[in-house]
Amino acid sequence: MFIFFLSSGLFLGWSLGANDASNVFGTAVGSHMVRFRTAAICCSIFILLGAVISGAGASQTLGKLGAVDAIAGAFVVALSAALSVYLMTLAKYPVSTSQAIVGAIVGWNLFSGSVTDKAALFKIMLTWVACPILSAIFAVFFYKLAKLIINRYNMHLFKLDRLTRLGLIIAGIFGSYSLGANNISNVVGVFLPVCPFKDITFFGTFHFTSTQQLFLLGGLAVGVGVFTYSRRVMETVGDGIFKLSPVMALVAVWSHSIVLFLFSSQALETFLLNHGLPAIPLVPVSSSQAIVGAVLGMGILKGGRNIRWRIVGGISLGWVITPLIACVISFIFLFFVQNVFQQVVFQ
Amino acid sequence: MSYLKIFENKTGIEKEIDDFLDQVSESGLLFNQGIEFYLSCDLDSFGRLLDQIVGTEHTADTLRRSIEDLVYRRTLIPESRGDVLRMIENMDSLLGKFKGAMWRLQIEGPEIKDFFFQDLQNLVELVVKAVEATTLSVRAYFKDINSVADHMHKVSFWESAADKIATQLQMKIFQCDDLSLCEQMQLRDLVLHIEDIANQAEDVTDSLAIYVIKRSL
Repeated sequence: MFIFFLSSGLFLGWSLGANDASNVFGTAVGSHMVRFRTAAICCSIFILLGAVISGAGASQTLGKLGAVDAIAGAFVVALSAALSVYLMTLAKYPVSTSQAIVGAIVGWNLFSGSVTDKAALFKIMLTWVACPILSAIFAVFFYKLAKLIINRYNMHLFKLDRLTRLGLIIAGIFGSYSLGANNISNVVGVFLPVCPFKDITFFGTFHFTSTQQLFLLGGLAVGVGVFTYSRRVMETVGDGIFKLSPVMALVAVWSHSIVLFLFSSQALETFLLNHGLPAIPLVPVSSSQAIVGAVLGMGILKGGRNIRWRIVGGISLGWVITPLIACVISFIFLFFVQNVFQQVVFQ
Repeated sequence: MSYLKIFENKTGIEKEIDDFLDQVSESGLLFNQGIEFYLSCDLDSFGRLLDQIVGTEHTADTLRRSIEDLVYRRTLIPESRGDVLRMIENMDSLLGKFKGAMWRLQIEGPEIKDFFFQDLQNLVELVVKAVEATTLSVRAYFKDINSVADHMHKVSFWESAADKIATQLQMKIFQCDDLSLCEQMQLRDLVLHIEDIANQAEDVTDSLAIYVIKRSL
């Protein structure tokens, strides 16, 4: 029965794989710098690794926002988020699974009468604004650095081409790992409090926790999304939305990956805290907004003439609309599931 | 793509492009020498150089085809490959023009009066310089994009100098009473053929200027 309820999370995972993989490898595949097969294999493997190894960090913040304590409730929350993503995609707005899941959890809180942790919510919303801004700052820095290095070393066109390809693959791998680590909690995070899996120990040393098992399933769903549906999106992203030079594409993916890593690395958080520095909150952020932030950063650096302000407007609107829609859908669906299907949606 | 080749200083395609540009550069030098031999009526040496330039063109054609094949088969430089291949074809066409002018002399064997020698030699020298500067610009496009402009402006300079001298030479040809109209027109066509090489070199650098802007980060 758990697997049936988990299906909504897996569906959300599939759509994450289909859409967000394009942020990581879209420019590389669309511009024919990297083959789709190479991109899909690297992307799936490293999303899975990121999810299983480092996925726990961002899921704790989601847990603080609202611990969905009934399996049917978790099913509805994930389904509402997935439907919001689908509706927003239909309406051609840049969509974020992070914002959808947060909205859906708040919807569950409202329906179940649980108190929404305002501090956690504020922290999450703050990172939504910080994410594209940080990404833009990183992009400006790395763009200047790349320009400096390329001009300094007078690289042959073909050598630059080879290095850019390698860079796109490395940045894509790093981005995939960070995407898995940061966004897996969106996919199956709501099922954590109701997860029936038991911890497994292999050879007495290797522990495979129930959380990791759940994240593995989520990661597999994301991987399936990458292989089955991301090709078209990748090619669209590479050809249409971002008309960037390969070096700019590399800078964009690299900046996006660093931002996602910053918001999901527990090791970095521990390092900062141990050195008395303020820690970066571990929150699921939007991969789409990170990449658009990076492109905007470079666009502004180049005088801002070619910036598509409609996209900027769309992102801003997405910040408001996506969580709101998810919240409303979640609330309505919870009502139906509870009263029509007689399921327990909260304890 | 073999990622082991990433850090190699020069791989196959880079060497092939270098070799190809060497052939273009060499064809200019052969042409210059060929004209010298023709004017000094050393037709044996001229014939030898003609054979040499035919061989150079053949080598350049083989290299061009190999470059095109590598660029497309391995989907190299996807952003710039159209520009690069067009540039390579235009450079090959310059080489073909040198060879064409040599064949023209061989086939038509025009009689060139002594008093045209100096102007004709000057014209050929300027045209060869224009092509040489174009070759340097194209090399710089691959190796050091910031210095492309340093070579490009020289092409315009040599082209306009060649234009002036070609006009002057045509006027002299048609003012010469010793020549029949048919001989005058034959020489005029030869002058225009040679001058056109510099024009074409300038067209290549004009396109190159756009490619440089497209490649700028």
